[in-house]
Amino acid sequence: MTQGFLAKNPSVLIFLAALALFTLAVTLLSHAYGVSFLSTSFVKTLGKTLCLCLIALAMDLVWGYAGILSLGHFAFFGLGGYMIGMWLMYARTEEIVVQALSGAPLPPTPEEIVSGIGTQIFGVVGGSEIPWVWSFAHSLPLQLMLVVLVPGLLALAFGWLAFRSRVTGVYLSILTQAMTLALALYLFQNDSGLRGNNGLSGLQNMPGQGAVTQDQLSVWFLWASALALGLGYLLCAWVVSGKFGSVIRAIRDDEQRVRFLGYSVESYKLAVFTLTAIIAAIAGALYYPQAGIINPAELAPIASIYLAVWVAIGGRGRLYGAVIGAAFVSLLSSWFTGGRAPSINLGFYTVNWVDWWLILLGLAFVLVTLFAPQGIGGLFDLWQGAKHPKRRGAPLGPDDGSFQEKEAVE
Amino acid sequence: MSALLEVSGVSVTFDGFRAINNLSFNIAAQELRAIIGPNGAGKTTFMDIVTGKTRPDEGSVTFGERSVSLLSLSEAQIARAGVGRKFQRPTVFEDQSVFDNLMMALKKPRGPLAVLMFRASKGDARKVRDLAEEVGLGDQLERKSGELSHGQKQWLEIGMLLAQEPRLLLVDEPAAGMTLAEREHTTALLVEMAKTRAVVVVEHDMDFVRRLDCKVTVLHEGSVLAEGTLDHVTKNPSVIEVYLGRG
Repeated sequence: MTQGFLAKNPSVLIFLAALALFTLAVTLLSHAYGVSFLSTSFVKTLGKTLCLCLIALAMDLVWGYAGILSLGHFAFFGLGGYMIGMWLMYARTEEIVVQALSGAPLPPTPEEIVSGIGTQIFGVVGGSEIPWVWSFAHSLPLQLMLVVLVPGLLALAFGWLAFRSRVTGVYLSILTQAMTLALALYLFQNDSGLRGNNGLSGLQNMPGQGAVTQDQLSVWFLWASALALGLGYLLCAWVVSGKFGSVIRAIRDDEQRVRFLGYSVESYKLAVFTLTAIIAAIAGALYYPQAGIINPAELAPIASIYLAVWVAIGGRGRLYGAVIGAAFVSLLSSWFTGGRAPSINLGFYTVNWVDWWLILLGLAFVLVTLFAPQGIGGLFDLWQGAKHPKRRGAPLGPDDGSFQEKEAVE
Repeated sequence: MSALLEVSGVSVTFDGFRAINNLSFNIAAQELRAIIGPNGAGKTTFMDIVTGKTRPDEGSVTFGERSVSLLSLSEAQIARAGVGRKFQRPTVFEDQSVFDNLMMALKKPRGPLAVLMFRASKGDARKVRDLAEEVGLGDQLERKSGELSHGQKQWLEIGMLLAQEPRLLLVDEPAAGMTLAEREHTTALLVEMAKTRAVVVVEHDMDFVRRLDCKVTVLHEGSVLAEGTLDHVTKNPSVIEVYLGRG
């Protein structure tokens, strides 16, 4: 069956091969395992980009295929990061505390260690008690389970309420924005138990791996991110290849008609929403150890909007489009906002890209939506000689998320 | 002959406007029935009620031997119980091939997990091909349904309904916008389908109804005005008055 699946979807093999080549190339050019051509911080940027590609896949599945314009998936991404960050911070602090107390004449009691950890982590928000949300933070397996469970259950509860009431289109988008904003505001509070606006930091240090340098760690995380992206791609491609993919694309274009076929639209939407939230959370759990720090600003509503922009520019409704869009736009964005892009002196005005990048991105988004709705992915159709229907350019269905004829390929 | 669908005493009001007013009638298990009536007579609202899109204010709608009430079921549950609906405008999934459209409609478990694990067997593919043959789309299976002509889309939709294997089929103005040859094909399809199930055709076009040659129900202002053969109802003075105006 797998053979048939790959034979029917040659783009999956091409993608996986390209990803493997990319990973190998970065490894050989890295500081730790190769010729030291790429700096460790750039390897981290590439690893983080792979995680962003993974959440873009999730966004494409939920928006490009199922037509649900969720503007809240970065909330799940951030939650995934928080969940893994709690273990990283706790275990790392534990090491430091144990080391500091080892000089004392008597060996420290477990209570002393726990209170030391509490003071270390929560001193910054004026506390020393470890809040209940950290109950599992001592255990990596438990905290890894929470990476999946917490965002998954939040998506399940939110989706159940929203889809059951048949909230669709722009109203759903607004609701998801409200969800991510509410979550961010909650995390900003010091008594939420997650260090308020300080967030979690020092996540780049692997507990128990003191001998491993950041040079090596950055490559390890690149491998893990590439593996997750590869598996995520396979999963998404498998989900959309069969009848399930048919049904969710049908829901995107005309959900009322799908109901009259006997499919319970709400449970499909809920399944896709929850699955993509979990993919987003896993992406976040791999992203933040490479970023080193997570704070509530990461969950800002604008982050989730960027995600939609990446997928739109890459080409929605095709998985490799989402990956290309996320990689291309996020790398370009870090180049422009990193101050590395040369300013343009017009004589009367200097175009400073750090300020002007967002305007450029917004303009690109508008232009792509108007003139090239297939996005960058459309270039592959050009190359393969695939034609786009040019009948009227009308939507293919009555629903808000439905495909436009200009996006479809004959 | 016991009724498959029993509508009794149904009323529905939209913002004070009574779209359906104490409507009652029955449809047998194997029957072709045409529903005619002027604009605003409540034809489409009647279909909306039976398929679960609109909830009536009062009355009951029961279906099948065990007289299941349709009023407490969702649209998807009603469809699974065996009620198929064809819309006036052909609504097929334009971004997908004729084959995929039919495969989606094929009677199979409809739950997300079952569908996720579903892989079409040879028998399923053969069924889809046979259905496509039956509605005259045998050579169009790989085409995207958005490229089909208007008439072909109508047939595809009828094919999808057949694939659902409904026991009751509600068809809204099937002949609208069709050429003469397409109309004849459509009539034959509907008559053939009614041999094994109940088919209710809502239609505007008297010529088309005459061709169907079946029992006719005339709706007016949300209730039944007359019932019988087409010749019988067209002789009915109140029907003539409604259709030709009160001038």
